[in-house]
Amino acid sequence: MNFFYRALYEIQEYTLFSFQAVRSLFRKPRYFEDILRQMEIIGTGSIFIVMLTGFFTGGVLALQSAKSLKSFGAVNLTGQLVALSLVRELGPVLTALMIAGRVGAGIASQLGSMVVTQQIDAMRGLGTDPTKKLVAPRVVASTAMLPLLTVVADLFGLVGGWIVSLYTLRLNTALYWNTALRSLAYNDVLEGLMKPLVFGFIIGTIGCYFGINTTGGTRGVGRSTTQAVVTASILVIIADFFVSKIVLEFRY
Amino acid sequence: MNAIRFEHVFKSFHEKVVLKDFSMEVRPAETKIILGGGGSGKTTILKMVLGLVKPDSGQIFVEDQEITQLKEAELMPIRKRIGMVFQEGALFDSLTVGENVAFRMREAKNHSEEEIEGVVRQLLGFVELGHAIDKFPSELSGGMIRRVGIARALVGHPSILLYDAPTAGLDPITSRTICELVIKLRDLEGVASIFVTHDLESARTVASEFAETLPNGEVVFKSEDNNLCLVNTRFLMLKEGSIIFEGNEKALRNSDDSYIQSFLE
Repeated sequence: MNFFYRALYEIQEYTLFSFQAVRSLFRKPRYFEDILRQMEIIGTGSIFIVMLTGFFTGGVLALQSAKSLKSFGAVNLTGQLVALSLVRELGPVLTALMIAGRVGAGIASQLGSMVVTQQIDAMRGLGTDPTKKLVAPRVVASTAMLPLLTVVADLFGLVGGWIVSLYTLRLNTALYWNTALRSLAYNDVLEGLMKPLVFGFIIGTIGCYFGINTTGGTRGVGRSTTQAVVTASILVIIADFFVSKIVLEFRY
Repeated sequence: MNAIRFEHVFKSFHEKVVLKDFSMEVRPAETKIILGGGGSGKTTILKMVLGLVKPDSGQIFVEDQEITQLKEAELMPIRKRIGMVFQEGALFDSLTVGENVAFRMREAKNHSEEEIEGVVRQLLGFVELGHAIDKFPSELSGGMIRRVGIARALVGHPSILLYDAPTAGLDPITSRTICELVIKLRDLEGVASIFVTHDLESARTVASEFAETLPNGEVVFKSEDNNLCLVNTRFLMLKEGSIIFEGNEKALRNSDDSYIQSFLE
């Protein structure tokens, strides 16, 4: 099989896999407990890294943009610039990349080890469908938790920007928050929450897909973990472009 | 009626042929010991009985029901009648020993917690691991993991058991314990089984001893005389996906096939 056919084949298999995962949500038995547990692992467990990412991204945005804004004499618009770039673009994308690294890798390596130690076979042998029990809860949890984590990142980003504005740019606190929050329109927030939904689904399904299709022992687990993180990160960036484009088309 | 029947089964992975025109049958309460070197398709046979792997051609019957054409959901009721002990145990490492054994009953969602607790304690008692109920698989030794695997496979009284190299890499005493469990299940519970192994010592134990319950309830193991062979335990030897021997232990020992002789030594 040459590269083109292989790629086409992988896309087909991934699409089918994601479709089965979504379809299994509508069939009994359902695993609410597993969904909740995954939400805790994926969501609560990632809050701290997302807080740090957001905080320093907001800070660096304020630092860098103030330099350019100064040449126009518009340093007082720093809040607006930080808010718009964070909420619409950097918050969702950077959060998704962090979660692709943390959660995507975690899912792929956990499911991969279960495959190579025959736990997946054992589960099927015991009459439980791994797509329902393992894949669907992870996909649901990552899709549901990523928008929430993005909100946390955005919030801490704004705080980071504020602290930089206050202490290094000597901007007025009220001015910063006023320009920041007033600049955000309904559309910006909508875009900022739609993206992580798509990214969360990508991270969950890609992590599970590479995990479940692991072959070749412990080396295989390492390989599929790497593939999951790389593929999920690239897909997040590609999807970001298309979602932005779609949202811009429907802007009023 | 046969417990398991394979008819002209072919299977290959990519270019490699794993099974070539493979046919065999296992009767109820019979143990079939499958011998063969690594990569000779032994594990594939077991996975096919569970429907985890589909043959390229040929038919497989479980209790006279054809399973090769069944979909995943239709296989579930058949899998309920089969227990499999995986190589290395394949215990769920995020669950405790008790939760592992209880897995099938919890998933069925029609048993009360007291009922599940009772079954788990009874089965762990059967494999003499009652004290390990709250431990995680990572805290157990290899032999204990296999025994928990056997207990988990026994939930729901399966009429068929599949053992995938249950004694591989274990010390002789632990191997012996596992063989005794296999013999007890065969002779006292009437379970049909396939026992895949390349450990000749345990294969001999299973083929030459039988279990009896004394009037006082004690279970004892008796050895057959050298000239006798158990009628309910037969050997099958695989080489490169084909059967090169089928019969009892005595015939196996007297075989003049050079591959079999080199395997026995």
